[in-house]
Amino acid sequence: MDIPGLGTAFILQVRRDLQLAFRHVGQLANPLMFFIMVTTLFPLALNPMPRLLEAIAPGVLWVAALLASLLAAEGLFRQDVDDGTMEQLALSPQPLALMLLAKTVAHWLITGLPLVIMSPVVGYALFLPRDAVPTTMIALALATPILNLVGGSMAALTVGLRRGGGLLSLLILPIVMPVLIFGARATDMAMTGVDPAGALYLLAALLLLAVSLTPFAMAAAMRISLD
Amino acid sequence: MWTWFHKLGSPPHFYRIATRLTPWFGWAALLLIVAGVYGGLYVAPTDYQQLDGFRIIYVHVPSASLSLFIYVNMALAAAAGLIWRIKLAHAIAAACAPIGASFTFLALATGSIWAKPMWGTWWVWDARLTSELVLLFLYFGFMALRAAIDDENRADRASALLAIIGVINVPIIKYSVDWWNTLHQPATISKLGKPSMDSDMLIWLLIMLAGFMCYFVAVVLTRAKAEVLQRARDQKWVRQALEGK
Repeated sequence: MDIPGLGTAFILQVRRDLQLAFRHVGQLANPLMFFIMVTTLFPLALNPMPRLLEAIAPGVLWVAALLASLLAAEGLFRQDVDDGTMEQLALSPQPLALMLLAKTVAHWLITGLPLVIMSPVVGYALFLPRDAVPTTMIALALATPILNLVGGSMAALTVGLRRGGGLLSLLILPIVMPVLIFGARATDMAMTGVDPAGALYLLAALLLLAVSLTPFAMAAAMRISLD
Repeated sequence: MWTWFHKLGSPPHFYRIATRLTPWFGWAALLLIVAGVYGGLYVAPTDYQQLDGFRIIYVHVPSASLSLFIYVNMALAAAAGLIWRIKLAHAIAAACAPIGASFTFLALATGSIWAKPMWGTWWVWDARLTSELVLLFLYFGFMALRAAIDDENRADRASALLAIIGVINVPIIKYSVDWWNTLHQPATISKLGKPSMDSDMLIWLLIMLAGFMCYFVAVVLTRAKAEVLQRARDQKWVRQALEGK
């Protein structure tokens, strides 16, 4: 039998996951809806004064993005484990780490990228200064994959559990806190007119670290969960 | 060369050794902590700036260093268990977690009691305080994950992986005071060449630290013994060890 190369397998896996996602368009929009809803709650719950909203905008934006990615992490591997696809992937000649990385990339394209694209609109609603928008988008584009990768490793650890519940958030949040700190700082710096390059470089470094390490953690966690 | 190592990995052998060692560490801990408390509260000179308020350092610094030390120990034990499939190592990692969480909590609590008169507030969102809080959450996550998985073998391996991933946080806490310019004062005893503390004060701190270490060893051995007994509850040697003395 002809075994497809690593690149081909990676692309096929991404394409399969995207196809599956686009057949359930309703579920597809859930994290995005959640992101928008959470950010709308703040002006409603607080005083909708532009100055107040502007001050809290970076925090709200980043916390909402973090929560949206938490929500999405829950379902990242669940279906594939339930219907046995994951076991086939684990048995396949391709390394499981690569296949899980492909799944996470597809997951980011579906849940993370829309957040990045929507962030200017949400930022506008929160009176985020226009100068801070490009920085925020870059920072979100760097940070959301980290959130998905870490979320993926933790989701792989807890995927077999019937009583998962709030456990997943307890596992993910401590690890991704630096991402939140540097991300919000980047937005904050851009708002006050300081050069945000430092925070962005740190986020990029974290992303490289996450891309190179978490696939192996994910694969190890998945193998533990599967047997 | 590895025989002693493999022998140590066998639960009955560990149980015997732990039973013999625990009282030594327990008594040493008691003596050292009593001496350290006395020395720290009465003998050590008053600080020129913080007056007697600095004396809480004798609880705060040892518990803070132990909170990290125990996490590293836990992760090492978990890694050993994961790599060489030693069940005993998993039992030790499981025994470490609640003790580590307690010391982390103690470090946070004493820190906040110390902060109130010195900084005028119970809590600040400073890098070291926040990362210590994250450490507490890591311990909680470890314990919650263990509790959520029914199958012992899977709980061991899943939580071990989590402990290893969490190690990333350890250097962040350790060097947070050097990397970021924070309110928390820099490390007191880590500068080996020239400590920033007077030797009359430092000696009691080191005694306290040694006492806390001994306490940790005594408690972790006791907890690990209980864990080993529970895991081997249907085996013959447990009955022999408990009844046939």
